[in-house]
Amino acid sequence: MKKIKDVIKKESPEKGSSGMKRRSFVKILGGGIFIFFQPWSAFDLLGLPAEQARSLTKDYNAFLHIAEDGTISCFTGKIEMGQGVITSLAQMMADELNVPFERVKMVMGDTDLCPYDAGTWGSQTTQTFGPAMRAAAAEARAVLTDLASARLGVPASQLEVKDGIITDSKNPKNTVTYEQLAQGKKLEKYLDVKPTVEDYTKFTYMGTPYKRVDSVEKATGQAKYTGDLKLPGMVFARILRPPSHGAKMTSVDVSGAEKIEGVKVVRDGDFIAVISENKDKVDEAIVKINAEYSFNEMNVNDRTVYDWMVKAQSRSNVVRTGGDIEEGRRISSKVFESEYHDPYVAHAAIETHTALAVLEGDKMNVWAATQSPFGLQDAIVRELGMTREKVRVRTPYVGGGFGGKAAYQQGVEAAKLARLTGKPVMVVWSREEEFFYDTFHTANVIRVNSGTDKSGKITFWDYHVWFAGTRGAEVVYDVPNFKTTSYSENRSVFAVHPFGTGPWRAPNNNSNTFAREVQIDIMASAAGIDPLEFRLNNLKDEKMIACLKSVADKFGYVSGKTPSGRGIGIACGHDAGTWVAEITEVKVDKSTGKVQVVRIACSQDMGLCVNPEGALIQMEGCITMALGYTFSEEMHFEGGNILDRNFDSYSIPKFSWVPEIDCVILDRKNMPPKGGGEPAIIAVGAAVCNAIHDATGARLYRTPMTPERVMEALKKV
Amino acid sequence: MEQKIRFKLNNKKTELVTDPNQTLVWVLRNHFGLTGTKYGCGTGFCGACTVLIDNESVRSCMVPVSDVAGKSVVTIEGLAKRGKLHPVQQAFVDHDALQCGYCTPGMILTAVALLKKNPSPTRKEITEGLEDNLCRCGTHIRIFDAVEQASRVMKGGK
Repeated sequence: MKKIKDVIKKESPEKGSSGMKRRSFVKILGGGIFIFFQPWSAFDLLGLPAEQARSLTKDYNAFLHIAEDGTISCFTGKIEMGQGVITSLAQMMADELNVPFERVKMVMGDTDLCPYDAGTWGSQTTQTFGPAMRAAAAEARAVLTDLASARLGVPASQLEVKDGIITDSKNPKNTVTYEQLAQGKKLEKYLDVKPTVEDYTKFTYMGTPYKRVDSVEKATGQAKYTGDLKLPGMVFARILRPPSHGAKMTSVDVSGAEKIEGVKVVRDGDFIAVISENKDKVDEAIVKINAEYSFNEMNVNDRTVYDWMVKAQSRSNVVRTGGDIEEGRRISSKVFESEYHDPYVAHAAIETHTALAVLEGDKMNVWAATQSPFGLQDAIVRELGMTREKVRVRTPYVGGGFGGKAAYQQGVEAAKLARLTGKPVMVVWSREEEFFYDTFHTANVIRVNSGTDKSGKITFWDYHVWFAGTRGAEVVYDVPNFKTTSYSENRSVFAVHPFGTGPWRAPNNNSNTFAREVQIDIMASAAGIDPLEFRLNNLKDEKMIACLKSVADKFGYVSGKTPSGRGIGIACGHDAGTWVAEITEVKVDKSTGKVQVVRIACSQDMGLCVNPEGALIQMEGCITMALGYTFSEEMHFEGGNILDRNFDSYSIPKFSWVPEIDCVILDRKNMPPKGGGEPAIIAVGAAVCNAIHDATGARLYRTPMTPERVMEALKKV
Repeated sequence: MEQKIRFKLNNKKTELVTDPNQTLVWVLRNHFGLTGTKYGCGTGFCGACTVLIDNESVRSCMVPVSDVAGKSVVTIEGLAKRGKLHPVQQAFVDHDALQCGYCTPGMILTAVALLKKNPSPTRKEITEGLEDNLCRCGTHIRIFDAVEQASRVMKGGK
């Protein structure tokens, strides 16, 4: 049920959850019609802890503004980092408001102007935020229709809306536009709306492929990223960093840096930085600081970490269980035990963490490359002892995030330096800092014990996952006896990771899907059953079945027992509410161990696909990015010392790696939209691993599948 | 020890007095406000800072500004002529050959230099020409299509 409270005359809330006074907000934006709404579904579905949700339940935030010049602005705390929501959100808005797509402007990631948002991640923008936004837009249209009814002197039911023009259906000359209705108004409406799924047959823009709205700006160098901003008197800063995580400074000599003309050293305890208007000078100065450190390294490295993790004192949690594992074992004709390893992986966005901060009066203004402007605002409030209304974070275009920019340390650093120096301070992390302070995808270990009976049915599934969490750890297949146990870090007892870890595109689903789908392939091969047929025989999940069948069709799959020598591999799974299946063909050079992916077909069920063009780009991007964790990406380290600090030793996908890519998006217009920014990345590793086995008979149990590891596996065939 | 350096920037003669050791990327960004040239790795591995120097694609993070004295530098901002996108820019837009857009200026300029030398590159030659420009979003297959379109358009085709 929809409930509208018209509070034009009622006292409206003094402050938004961002802390900005509502009145000053209206002052900034001028007149027009404002629709404030509450993103119920985002709140419900994200299941935010109360503290994070802040005053969301009590307060309304500016959301939609119809300006006096007819510009329709949508204010959202989401940010654009390449995933294309700047286009898909505008499509949704245009559809519900019946205005030309070009008229909708997205204002994103500004803590003073936009509604609170926990962060842009988890493929949530379209699936949870989108429907709430559409509901508010639909209500806005109703408000406008009411205003038009009064103005044109005809009942609302007699009015038609097209392209932002409201027309009396009985007298086509009797019309009024949205901007005419907005002129001279300062109208605020407050909605309390549960979103519903609209009838897809009425969509004009949704479901239609749209080119990116930001491409001309980005192709001409006009698009502004945080590092592109400049304020009068701005200085660049470089901050002194320890040589490894956990190192403590024992002494420091900054005189070498101070001698450089135009450079100033700023110090607050162990927080030491150099500033200059000249970026090259700070780069030169920072290496002139001599500091001594004491080390208390954890005795672990990239080779020993798997053993270390299994032996660590961790928290174990049985996530799901059904049937009886021992009974499953008893009825099995074959049992399989495998252990899978997956390393720490870097985000490596091409834009490093960047922030600009300036203290103006008592207000800290910050611009940052972040996936979480409100999280950064809170961190500054906390660390600098400020109040929320005195900290404003804005998010220009973000040059890639992938989860890595959910962390915002650089924003806090810029704010600290702005306060210490009284100047606008630009912090641009160097590539080395970016690798050092990345919040890596966590290394993990997965052990799977499973069995099959004589007919090739899976009898049991005993799944143990260390430090990869449970995203993607579902059984997926129809197995009578199953148990999933997750082991996670218990920091109060023992810190497992020597450095920061965090979400990495489809967090840990890559790892879980890799282990599951490789294990499935091992069982299929042992049963002498074609791996597609084996999957279909053991699945009840209709969506998974449909994805597998459609991808087989797209690929032109011909069944065969593995290893067939053809180099074809299959994998499937689900993430962010979206189902995905992939089939790939690889060529393996048995003399070098080098693997080339020839082609990948991918089928996806993502519910209503708002922008098929954008969704396709995300699928292609996922598949291409996945080649990194599949073949090369692995963070090397000794204790807290990160050994890979640039793209020379840490290799990400390049043009020569890229296969032919064929994608299918299943037509599900009548279903709610689901996530599209992550799912297609999850199954590539397993599909390739299975394809290598199909080509050669060699089985790998870990990523990345480097030539050395492929050679090692080949020796065991 | 500042020095006067004269060069052509986006087809206009220009000069500046500066420390000759400053890197070109920061001079372009900070002195000239040409922020389309991006900082990515600072060591020439990623290609985000690519500009054209006398029609060759060069990593501006590796070039002291003194090196461009007497030369012609073209940045992404200098590519469109009279408000009309360069065919390579237009092809990137037409193919949605970008996501976050951060590597895009460097990609486009590298492709422009490639097409200057080789107006009809094969896919293998495009691969070789762009191989060391990194894109983390994974837009590679669209960039192939875009460069092929630009090649056709620049030769007078469609």
